[in-house]
Amino acid sequence: MVKLGPPEAHCRTPTYLRGTSGEVVELVGHYHNPSLLAFHKPGLPKVWLYRVRFKQTSIWDQYKGSERDCVMADLYEHWLMPTKEQ
Amino acid sequence: MTNSNPHEHNHGHDHDHDHDNDHDHDHHPINADHEPESDDRYLEQALRELLDEKGVVTATQIAQQIDIQDSRTPALGAKVVAKAWTDPVFKQALLAKPLETINRTFDLTINTPLELVVLENTPELHNMVVCTLCSCYPRMLLGIPPAWYKSTEYRSRVVVDPRAVLEEFGTKIPTSTEIRVADSTADVRYLVLPLRPKGTALMTEAQLEALVTRDAMIGTAVPSIGSGLYLNGDG
Repeated sequence: MVKLGPPEAHCRTPTYLRGTSGEVVELVGHYHNPSLLAFHKPGLPKVWLYRVRFKQTSIWDQYKGSERDCVMADLYEHWLMPTKEQ
Repeated sequence: MTNSNPHEHNHGHDHDHDHDNDHDHDHHPINADHEPESDDRYLEQALRELLDEKGVVTATQIAQQIDIQDSRTPALGAKVVAKAWTDPVFKQALLAKPLETINRTFDLTINTPLELVVLENTPELHNMVVCTLCSCYPRMLLGIPPAWYKSTEYRSRVVVDPRAVLEEFGTKIPTSTEIRVADSTADVRYLVLPLRPKGTALMTEAQLEALVTRDAMIGTAVPSIGSGLYLNGDG
């Protein structure tokens, strides 16, 4: 699940995904923290980046397309938390 | 720009000037005679001259960057796609290690800390690309993004109702096909590998190349016989 926290300085977590749940499909890598880079800091410690797939119907109540349609986004670990079922 | 430039690493995922840069004007600062003057242009000129004066970047480096930007056009992406359609070994390598494979195969030196991921369309899956937060775009392969790609309208609507947006582009995807919108939020840039159109079995790689449009690699269009950068076929 994507956290509902307030945006960071250089936030790479889109508002429309906050508070929604998706499935982690890939660990993308270890990157410099963009919010620290935005202040010309070295961006350390590095943060893990995950590729997460969200069903459109779980983002939008009134999604008009197919049940199968998805959005995929790359999100940093500190924005993610396990869903309750896990 | 080189890695020794202290300002370079501070850009993080921004190296390809991929985001929130409304400085996407045509980059003609060196011979700006014919451009209308505007506040933005004065600001850009002042900043550029200051950077030059302070030795942060030289005019030569700026000119080189402009050359690099101008050398990247959708034609480069089209070459990659056409080769992937005709060469299964290349396609496999492309999907596994995109930039490395492209550099090796086409004798290029695309050098960016950003990662490129190639999203392969199948009859069951149609990919399309957006950057809802700014305007991240696979510039290393497609060059400068079209204005609509950076518009608030495209960026906000494509994640809410991608099928309606596709229809406005004249693209109809069956409901049995999953539409997957890749939102380029972080350090990865996405390129769509479209489906090879039917009826092209006898076409050469060069002929196929001409069918691959920029929009097909963004995922807002699908290539077909008759689509293409060179509609008159004289490429």
